Amino acid sequence: MTFGLASASVELGGRTVLDDVTLRIAPGSVVAVVGGDGAGKSTLLRALVGEVALSRGSVDAPPPDRIGYLPASAGSWAALTVQQNVDFVAGVYGVPPGELGARRGALLERAALTSASDRPASQVSGGMRRKLGFSMAAVHAPQLLVLDEPSTGVDPVSRIDLWRLVTQAAAAGAAVVLSTTYLDEAERAASLVVLDRGRVLAQGPVDDVLDAFDGVVVRTPVAQRPEWSWRRGRDLHELLPPGAAADRADAVVPDLEDVVVALSLRSRAEVPA
Amino acid sequence: MTAPPALLRAASVSRAFGGFTAVDSVSMDLRPGEVVGLLGANGAGKTTLLRLLLGLLAPTSGAVELLGGAPDRERRRRLGYVPQGLGLYRDLTVRENLAFAASSYGAAPAPLEGELAESADALVRDIPLGLQRRLAFVSALAHGPSVVVLDEPTSGVDAVARAELWDTIRAQAASGVGVLVTTHYMQEAEQCDRLLLMSEGRLVGEGDEQAIVAGTTAVAVRTDDWARAFDVLDSAGELVMLSGRAIRVADGDPDGLRTILSAAGLDATVERVPATIEERMAVLARGGGAA
Repeated sequence: MTFGLASASVELGGRTVLDDVTLRIAPGSVVAVVGGDGAGKSTLLRALVGEVALSRGSVDAPPPDRIGYLPASAGSWAALTVQQNVDFVAGVYGVPPGELGARRGALLERAALTSASDRPASQVSGGMRRKLGFSMAAVHAPQLLVLDEPSTGVDPVSRIDLWRLVTQAAAAGAAVVLSTTYLDEAERAASLVVLDRGRVLAQGPVDDVLDAFDGVVVRTPVAQRPEWSWRRGRDLHELLPPGAAADRADAVVPDLEDVVVALSLRSRAEVPA
Repeated sequence: MTAPPALLRAASVSRAFGGFTAVDSVSMDLRPGEVVGLLGANGAGKTTLLRLLLGLLAPTSGAVELLGGAPDRERRRRLGYVPQGLGLYRDLTVRENLAFAASSYGAAPAPLEGELAESADALVRDIPLGLQRRLAFVSALAHGPSVVVLDEPTSGVDAVARAELWDTIRAQAASGVGVLVTTHYMQEAEQCDRLLLMSEGRLVGEGDEQAIVAGTTAVAVRTDDWARAFDVLDSAGELVMLSGRAIRVADGDPDGLRTILSAAGLDATVERVPATIEERMAVLARGGGAA
């Protein structure tokens, strides 16, 4: 069975922070939720783990003891060592003591944390702390693994360790959903959901999202319509009005960054904040 | 045509802390109108190099020049700096933050425009991150600096806000300011004119993205059973990464990979693909891939 949300909306303080979002996460796959600060990523993930109530729609998730959740905040106990943090959470989830050693060993090994296992969580680097957070979320081999910005502020080498952990969890059969502000990271996932102001701008495998985009984007030093242009290096990229001819010398093949910006501009023009 | 004089320059500069060499004979420069990206993993020496360039740390050997001379207090007045943590006072309003920054440089506060003007009297901790980033930019640029240093300038914001911040950075460069951006994100690196890659204190690559990844290869592996292929390659000690439904192996040897996969009974296509900057950094961190 797959997990996810169907036509889910969340209102907080009279404001719609999640607007009619449908999302499926199949076991053995990784889905990335991408968007900036305030896009609704955390709300979506918190709705999935039952921390936020929906105002409309439904959630389809395993029971709480089969969910692993890494919140956006640190999520470990500063005074406990790396190993004590993992053991404590394993105890809460009822991991059999006979299995704990092997599971913890494998997780810390893959996370490159073995040599740090006796250090207090307060004394490891930011990247190590996120990997510890992942290990704590995954120690009970959950069916659904929900990771809120696991790699934010993490350097590229730790980021690759984190992705290895994520991939191994999916390869072992978990349904994994994670959020990120970075599109290149989202491209690693089998499928992505682009959120802006609580609304889904695009979703599906990256290639499908690119194929489905119907606009014409040109590279130009000066934009004809500045409000429909965005910065790419020394030049601008500009979205032409609907119906513009695509066979222009200055037309570019839009990449994911172009498509997300163009869809955001369209969506914001339709529904002002 | 002679190039304009460098705004920032390091000549074989090194810095040791005890027996540890954090920066190891690095030479680089930053010229007016240029946006240069400084890349590297944690511990690569980016922060130490930056502190040397800004005169906050003395070199063990080699020389550093800021605006044609020693990086003293007077020259540092012509610097603008946006730290990763933004360096804003969260318990002061937008207007108060600008006034404070301007007075410390002896300049007039920058005029407030657009959304920042609407939030002029809001506490910084109450405004969205994207707006906080814009405020940090306005605040660092108010005194008209000649050199701007930005630490991961667009982290955490959406694609539209990111493009807007890069517009501001480009406008600075177009007016002759030299911009040095430290980052470990591809999307920021792509916006730069030139990249510098550091590893273990040394400068190991310089130029555009192609020049940076030169010497590193990557291989894409496609198979119906990606999960098992990942497991098999990972267990064999390969540097594997997921990429959609394919697997990428940094620094992989196609023939060797084919052997591993077929020994495990996996039917897969294996092809060489251009490496990414991230893969280059991963290979360097493993201690391989000498330039």
